[in-house]
Amino acid sequence: MTTMSQGLIIAAGGNEEMPSVLAVPIDELIVGIFGFLVVFGVLAKVALPKIKATLEERTNAIEGGIERAAAAQAEAEKTREEYREALAQAREEAAAIRAQAQTDRAAIVDEARTEARAAAASVTAAAEAQLAAERAQATAALTRQVGEMALTLATKVVGQGLADDARVRATVDDFLDSLENSAREAKA
Amino acid sequence: MAIDNSVKPLDLDGLVAAGSLDCKFENAANPCGFPAPDTGIFFFDDLASFEILGMEFGINKLTIQVILGVVIVLAFFLWAFRRPKLVPRGSQNVGEMGYLFIRDGIAREVIGKDGDKYVPFLFSFFFLVWILNFMGVMPFVHFPATSVFAIPVAFALIVYLTWLPLGIYRQGFFPFFKGMLFPPGVPKPMYLLLAPIEFLSNIIVRPFTHAVRLFANMFAGHLLLATFSIASFYLLTFTVIGVLGSVASVTVAVAITGFELLIQALQAYIFTLLTAVYIGGALHADH
Repeated sequence: MTTMSQGLIIAAGGNEEMPSVLAVPIDELIVGIFGFLVVFGVLAKVALPKIKATLEERTNAIEGGIERAAAAQAEAEKTREEYREALAQAREEAAAIRAQAQTDRAAIVDEARTEARAAAASVTAAAEAQLAAERAQATAALTRQVGEMALTLATKVVGQGLADDARVRATVDDFLDSLENSAREAKA
Repeated sequence: MAIDNSVKPLDLDGLVAAGSLDCKFENAANPCGFPAPDTGIFFFDDLASFEILGMEFGINKLTIQVILGVVIVLAFFLWAFRRPKLVPRGSQNVGEMGYLFIRDGIAREVIGKDGDKYVPFLFSFFFLVWILNFMGVMPFVHFPATSVFAIPVAFALIVYLTWLPLGIYRQGFFPFFKGMLFPPGVPKPMYLLLAPIEFLSNIIVRPFTHAVRLFANMFAGHLLLATFSIASFYLLTFTVIGVLGSVASVTVAVAITGFELLIQALQAYIFTLLTAVYIGGALHADH
């Protein structure tokens, strides 16, 4: 290096020999070593451990966050599943209740119908019985009255006291029976 | 005064001696000729000096710059990482970028899983070297401390004295040297040739090249910058050709400054990367 510039240096100012640029003075060497050791010492002891811890913390936080998110998602999934199950169950129940109601309704309607039918039947029966009784009564009354009228008429026609005669009574009865029989035949 | 960064102009024998030439005005109009920068720009006068244990330390521009570099690196990172937050803001972001660059880009990439332990070591080298390089274009400083050979030598020496004992400690004395001097997968007779070469390149030359690579780059860059900066003044005369020459020179100086910015970062990176390679080689046998 020195040779390169030798020609240029010679005169100016003084003639002092320029030291080689490749020379390594001990004091400069020590300055360099000391400078690095100070930087290294302070950074390694003070600044870098802090940032290292922070970066690790951040990694943990991110990983923890991801874990938490995964847990939350799993829980949400579980809740949704539960909800779905509950919903299905509720639907099932509702369907069952509806079916039950349907059956109940049919039963109730049937029962009501039966009851109504029974009631109607009993009313009809009662009316029929009454009618029959009234008819029997009317028939009996008519029969007696017709007999008496006929007897009265016959007595008047014959002009004799036949009233208490047993034979007369038997004749009247025969007559009435024949009347009754003819009426029954006509009906049939 | 003191920091004598100025350039001593080329002299024409006799003229100056005769006192008929004034070479102070550095200009093409001056018959003294172009005052090309010489290695003198890499030496500084002591402002003061003191003695520790019988050794003399000079306080000069170089010493001040190293101290300045140390202070800047420490101040920035102590400030950036003063209360690191989980969610980084501002300077912490920048600092973290640097930290992750060293950790992921160099330590883990080159050394491997156990590289995390050496992050502070690599981190300190990268940023100290970078800031000392950067001072080559820093206004008012304009001198890269790493262009003084002693500084890269000091750093390379620390690296050398770190990986060599580390390798012996981790692998054991004989396995370490065996792995280094007798790399596997080579025909036996070749070792006659290979072992001395490996010894020379790894043990002797390696720290030297480690230092010279950084030094030479910064030295050459500074010399180039100085040359074109001086030329832009020297060429400036009140003629068309003078103005054109000066403008061209300024342009080149600016371009070189940009180029230097790149070189400064790159050399700091290469220095740190090689440091990681050496440490990785000391930790793991197969290399």
